[in-house]
Amino acid sequence: MAKARIATVWLDGCSGCHMSFLDLDERLLAVAEQAELVYSPLVDFKTFPDEVDVTLVEGAVASEEDLHKIKKIRAHTKTLIAFGDCAVTANVPSMRNLVGKKAVLQHAYFELATLDPQIPTLVVPPLLDRVRPVHDVVKVDVFLPGCPPSADTIFAALVELLAGRMPDVPALTRFGK
Amino acid sequence: MTPEELTLAAEKEENGSRAFEHIVGVCTSTACLASHSDKIKKEFDAQVKAKGLTKSVRVKAVGCCGLCAEGPMVYVESQADAEKAAETRTYAHVSNEAVPALVDSLGAAPVADLACDTAQPFFTRQHKIVLEHSGVVDPERLEDSIQVGGYQALLNALTTMNPADVVDTIMRSGLRGRGGGGFPTGLKWSTVAKAVGDRKYVICNGDEGDPGAFMDRSVMESDPHRVLEGMAIAGYAVGATEGFVYVRAEYPLAVKRLKLAIKQAERAGLLGANIGGTHFSFKIDVRLGAGAFVCGEETALIASIEGRRGSPRPRPPYPAASGLWGFPTLINNVETFANIAPIVKNGAEWYAALGSGKSQGTKVFALTGKVKNTGLIEVPMGITLREIVYDIGGGPFDGHTIKAVQTGGPSGGCIPEAYLDRPVEYETLVQLGSIMGSGGLIAMDDTSCMVDVARYFMEFCMTESCGKCIPCRVGTVEMHALLTKICEGQATMTDLEQLEELCDVVRSTSLCGLGQTAPSPVISTLRYFREEYLAHIEHKTCPAGVCSGLKSGAVKAKEVVA
Amino acid sequence: MSPTMTEATVVTLKIDDREISARSDQTVLEVAWENDVFVPALCHYEGLGDVGACRLCLVEIKGSPKLTPACAIKVVQDMEVITLSERLQKYRRSIIELLFAERNHICSVCVSNGHCELQWLAQKLGVDHIRYPYLYPKVSVDASHERFALDHNRCILCARCVRACDEVEGAHVWDLLGRGVDTRLISDLGTPWGESETCTTCGKCVHICPTGALFEKGKSVAEMVHARPRFAAMARVRNNSGR
Repeated sequence: MAKARIATVWLDGCSGCHMSFLDLDERLLAVAEQAELVYSPLVDFKTFPDEVDVTLVEGAVASEEDLHKIKKIRAHTKTLIAFGDCAVTANVPSMRNLVGKKAVLQHAYFELATLDPQIPTLVVPPLLDRVRPVHDVVKVDVFLPGCPPSADTIFAALVELLAGRMPDVPALTRFGK
Repeated sequence: MTPEELTLAAEKEENGSRAFEHIVGVCTSTACLASHSDKIKKEFDAQVKAKGLTKSVRVKAVGCCGLCAEGPMVYVESQADAEKAAETRTYAHVSNEAVPALVDSLGAAPVADLACDTAQPFFTRQHKIVLEHSGVVDPERLEDSIQVGGYQALLNALTTMNPADVVDTIMRSGLRGRGGGGFPTGLKWSTVAKAVGDRKYVICNGDEGDPGAFMDRSVMESDPHRVLEGMAIAGYAVGATEGFVYVRAEYPLAVKRLKLAIKQAERAGLLGANIGGTHFSFKIDVRLGAGAFVCGEETALIASIEGRRGSPRPRPPYPAASGLWGFPTLINNVETFANIAPIVKNGAEWYAALGSGKSQGTKVFALTGKVKNTGLIEVPMGITLREIVYDIGGGPFDGHTIKAVQTGGPSGGCIPEAYLDRPVEYETLVQLGSIMGSGGLIAMDDTSCMVDVARYFMEFCMTESCGKCIPCRVGTVEMHALLTKICEGQATMTDLEQLEELCDVVRSTSLCGLGQTAPSPVISTLRYFREEYLAHIEHKTCPAGVCSGLKSGAVKAKEVVA
Repeated sequence: MSPTMTEATVVTLKIDDREISARSDQTVLEVAWENDVFVPALCHYEGLGDVGACRLCLVEIKGSPKLTPACAIKVVQDMEVITLSERLQKYRRSIIELLFAERNHICSVCVSNGHCELQWLAQKLGVDHIRYPYLYPKVSVDASHERFALDHNRCILCARCVRACDEVEGAHVWDLLGRGVDTRLISDLGTPWGESETCTTCGKCVHICPTGALFEKGKSVAEMVHARPRFAAMARVRNNSGR
């Protein structure tokens, strides 16, 4: 039987969920027996493959780039997992929704700037007006809340998904855990 | 005043009126007042005085005569004399400048330009019980009310009936609550009568809040004594000695007239201690609402009178068992109380014979929207919606067609044109997905967008939610956002699904009637006008051309199928 | 013994097809909890007057077409109560989701993370994401009190604090201002908590708060543990001696 193709992506988040993923430690080997990591910030593939079985999405949708990425990922993923609170609820990144994009940019690029204050227009992708949870933009198949979800949670969820079953999420994790 | 004295007072007033050859009545209810009818009344006074007619012409301010769209309204009642029979002339669109001509026309030919045809269906199709003296009596003169039989029913009840007889009469009349729910009034009275309590209260709910509704306002402004008399009879029937009229503060004229009427009636011994020389005492006070729609809900209203935050509480216990300050309390709406005196006077059978099905008597409606004749009407139960809209209302404006009729305000629903031949009955309107409601009746034509209508009512519920329970507090905001999204052409079918799901949640789980019925305008428009929602969502088109930013005009049948 | 205690009779009823006996002055919610039947509730708290506001404890009662809040209805003989059905669970999840959508609940940075009834109920009821759009209201934090703070971002308007302060402490510092989604918890007449002339700094409101809206200053993420059992004991003492 062919190995399942797994990807992980990192949108607007702190990378803590990916750190937690690395906390699988030796269990990574168990996962690797059944699955192949085809795209991830942890490995060196440059483009998102055409066919992925399971994608773990960390982070909220906050910029034009995030929006572009998540739509593409959705189109090429069978089972999309909102991975961690930022993906599930927009979490800490969404706190800027209270003051608005303009105020955030003003603070970051003018009030805190020491030299030549300006809002960058090149290289840095433009921010969306609002930070949104992933399911607000594309269909999500599994929600895995937690800040971050523990390694045990990730492992249990992956085991179930690789076996073709839906994990019992509320038994594993909750918001903020 | 004893019953004999009341009869004498009525006769005296009648004779006094007969001494005048002409009586000029100027409507000074809110709608006509807004067109400065108070100045017209003053102008009549001045002209009559200047022309030396004060002995033969009496000018009086009266309440609403109904055809608000044609105001200011004036009527002239002339006595029969050797040459002519008695006659009543009605004038519409009267202005200050027209007054001299109208005074000159007394006893001569009428002023044709201003004449209002009272033979038109607007007047002839109505049946007035609640409003029988509205537009006839001067609401600020007790004597006027006494002349037309005011307080006779009360004194009759006090002297010839025992309380149980009164309850029985109301029970047999088939009268149902006119505030919207339609609970049998007699049953409510008998529950309060049987409840045990050291004290009992009667409350008149005058916190009319539906957008476009002004039935209770008009009754309180035009014939306040009728309401007070009904409350006193209720007090006698259920064993209460104190009553409150709860009026919203936005009705200053009603408040003023009610307060004046209470003072007048107390001075005449028709309210207060030992009414009519009997052992029955009943005191009425006015309490003002502070601008919250939810205070029309009975438990919130009671909290507000008690001086607490006006938010509802779970029932049971019902106010009939534990109401104001924990005592058994009878709460009825203004129009319900206004029906009491005629029922007691004319008998339960007389009332029960009016109407159809399980809906007896008449109903007052504030007819508004896209019809020619807007105003206040009273119709027998069982009349069809079509008769109201096309005959009384005069039908749609030229070049337009009626699309739907909305009853029950933010708690009600839209009934499409195809069902206009159904009778106005509590059960029928519920079957059609609406409710009788308190009497708001809005006609809508082809220029009304049903999604926009639903959004409008949801906005109302959202801002009027008291915030106590979660589904109403947050659910209405989420539903309003979804409806706005649909109106703006931004919505998807998933949004529509979510809207329908929220309708169910808010309806089934909200604490009080406001929340439980808040989704009704959405549910009923989805039931009859789903294609308009789909046109907004799938074709980014507003068929009525109301929603800006969307294409207007009909979606072709083929596109809808696709 | 209070007069209601002596007048109460013993009744038997069915909760989810289980025969249960109870005193007639008990509410359905009290009896359910006493018998370890799970019924969610946020505005109810033992020792406080019930208001029926959160709608989470709605149950089905045989013979009644409408759902009934278990906290606001007394048990009667032969009553048949259903506390668990697909419909009820669906509504409960919706209500929890509406609460999360209403204010700015960021569990990961909350003082009450791990000690929050809203967070716990979400997990218990299987709410793993919020389907309704977040409203993101801009609300304030009142940190003017020397020992405590109020963060409106986390307030669910259950009014437990209002009742605890009024009914148990007798100070009535807290109340609600405004209506609908704009309703706000206020101290005194809308003045900052730190300037309150009525607050006794007893901390009952803080410990009865189901979320992290009211908390002790100096507590960081996940450090605000509510001393609830202590409160229940105080309420019992007060209520019994008051009668």
